[in-house]
Amino acid sequence: MSSERFSVIKATGGNRIALAIAAAAAVVLFTVPFWTDQSTPRTLVTLLTLIAISQMWNLLGGYAGLVSVGQQGYLGLGAYGLWFFADRLGVHPFLSVGLAALLAGAISIPTAGLVFRLRGGYFAIGTWVTAEVFRLLVANIRETGGGSGITITSVAQMGTGTRMMGTYWLALLVAVGTVVVVYLLLRSRLGLALTAIRDNESAVESLGINVFRAKLWAYIISAVGTGAAGAIIYLNLLRVQPSAAFGISWTAIMIFAVVIGGMGTIEGPIIGAFLFFVLQETMAEYGTWYLITLGILAVAVTVRFPAGIWGTVNERWSLSLFPVRRILRMEEGWSSASGDLPRDRGSNV
Amino acid sequence: MTIVNVILQGVLLGGLYALYAVGLSLIFGVMRIVNLAHGDLSILAAFISLLIVDTIGLNPLLALVAVIPLMFVVGYVLQLGILNFTLSSDEMRPILVTFGMSIILQNALLETFTADSQGLDAGPVENASVTLTSNLAIGWFPLIIMVAAVVVITGLNFFLTRTQLGRAFRATSDDQEAARLMGVNNRRVYGLAMGISLGIVALAGVVMGIRTTFDPLTGPLRLIFAYETVIIGGLGSSWGTLIGGVILGVAQALGAYASPGWGILAGHLVFLAVLAFRPQGLLPKTAEI
Repeated sequence: MSSERFSVIKATGGNRIALAIAAAAAVVLFTVPFWTDQSTPRTLVTLLTLIAISQMWNLLGGYAGLVSVGQQGYLGLGAYGLWFFADRLGVHPFLSVGLAALLAGAISIPTAGLVFRLRGGYFAIGTWVTAEVFRLLVANIRETGGGSGITITSVAQMGTGTRMMGTYWLALLVAVGTVVVVYLLLRSRLGLALTAIRDNESAVESLGINVFRAKLWAYIISAVGTGAAGAIIYLNLLRVQPSAAFGISWTAIMIFAVVIGGMGTIEGPIIGAFLFFVLQETMAEYGTWYLITLGILAVAVTVRFPAGIWGTVNERWSLSLFPVRRILRMEEGWSSASGDLPRDRGSNV
Repeated sequence: MTIVNVILQGVLLGGLYALYAVGLSLIFGVMRIVNLAHGDLSILAAFISLLIVDTIGLNPLLALVAVIPLMFVVGYVLQLGILNFTLSSDEMRPILVTFGMSIILQNALLETFTADSQGLDAGPVENASVTLTSNLAIGWFPLIIMVAAVVVITGLNFFLTRTQLGRAFRATSDDQEAARLMGVNNRRVYGLAMGISLGIVALAGVVMGIRTTFDPLTGPLRLIFAYETVIIGGLGSSWGTLIGGVILGVAQALGAYASPGWGILAGHLVFLAVLAFRPQGLLPKTAEI
């Protein structure tokens, strides 16, 4: 197989236009606090953090094939990390968000050493147990206020304007950051390894790829991103309680958003998070019915349309805003493998 | 003597955890599904029992005659109606679907029965005890649960090894394609396995509802106990679940004895220790059910 007979395409013209639009949208979002009232950024923080945590779950479930139901553990660690660095050590709250994220990442390493011994559904419940362990440890420490929780005073004492704007920009940074990190990661060698692991783990292992290390990176990055989002959520809420911060509902949100939006795509979690956000805002007065509705929708999608909303769009029209697939483009006269080529063959470079 | 008493209570608690675990273990053995809604389905059974108790005033132990078959049907329908469609090469789909069912069930129960703690009253048997020495007593009820667990495990083993349907279960577990070629109806076998699993979990849910309180959100913790029992005992070993249950029960009892908040945590830590030092569990037998 000589190399000049085919080339690997990572993006098309349409993709580049889409990326430019996404970048423009990020810039517009950056200016939001300057031309809206105070409640808009506050509401948008919820949406942006939802996008971040869903994106981080998608990196695990959609790309590394690791179905975790314990990501609420890292969200809670991020929240309590914020309290620890800001209130106990006196670090500036905004800087504490970064430190809290790193703390979550650091704790995820030994945790991975344990839960990676398990597979499939047993891995899933194993991660759940670790999140429960984090929750119980925090709830049993007197300094954190135990089960009744604690107010993050250094954040509460900040000026409202500074806190709201800072929180909003941090949320935007984390939402855009998680999308960019996942995008760049998937276009790298590690990303290729991850998607290959998801599709056939033993085949990848036989090619000499270090499966454990690839999964570990996905797990750590996911913990860091989820921890950062957790810290930001509690910059907004001010009071942190173990049962809420380490609640399984967070992971339910992530999974439902990713599954409905489209697992294994970057666009999917964004769409799913948006859908979740809209349902939550409109059905707020009907208790937890929005969660039941989304759950039923997620189960139905998994059974009938496993590709989710964006996956279905992608299958039908080959549309991708964040291209992470590699398209093999054959030169003229090369036909032996043309039957297996993706539909994108010949799309403009 | 108190410490002996604490350990004894823990051992008997193990019987209850084994009841929870065998159902989880059975369906994993037959169809390689880990049912994340296992705990919530046990809570559903407890609430169904509560409804029967409240409307016709039956003792919850007698109500089991209705609750167990009902949950068997729920399992069969759930398997044939939903879960069978997720059994492809992709092992992720059943996990996602059962997780979704878990969240749906929790919140639907919450909307129906509110977040109040409930309990099932089985009458005097609940608190009766045998006095062994002056300060050592065993409750009749925990003892009955332990005996029930031994009976269920023995019965399940007999069913799997000695009956024709049990052979079909094991054949499907070993090689579903080959079993199909031999005329086994896989989908029906899966439905029956899920039915039996939920029948057992109905028993577990009701007796646990008699022993302690429950509310719509206690399901996940029950799932975790069942799961820790399975892993500590060794995947796929039915007598292992009894040992796993006893170890988990004793760890929790000792933890709670040391400090009230540490009972469940102590159980988790023993589970993590097993995972770190003996990930295959104590009595591994993964090849069979």
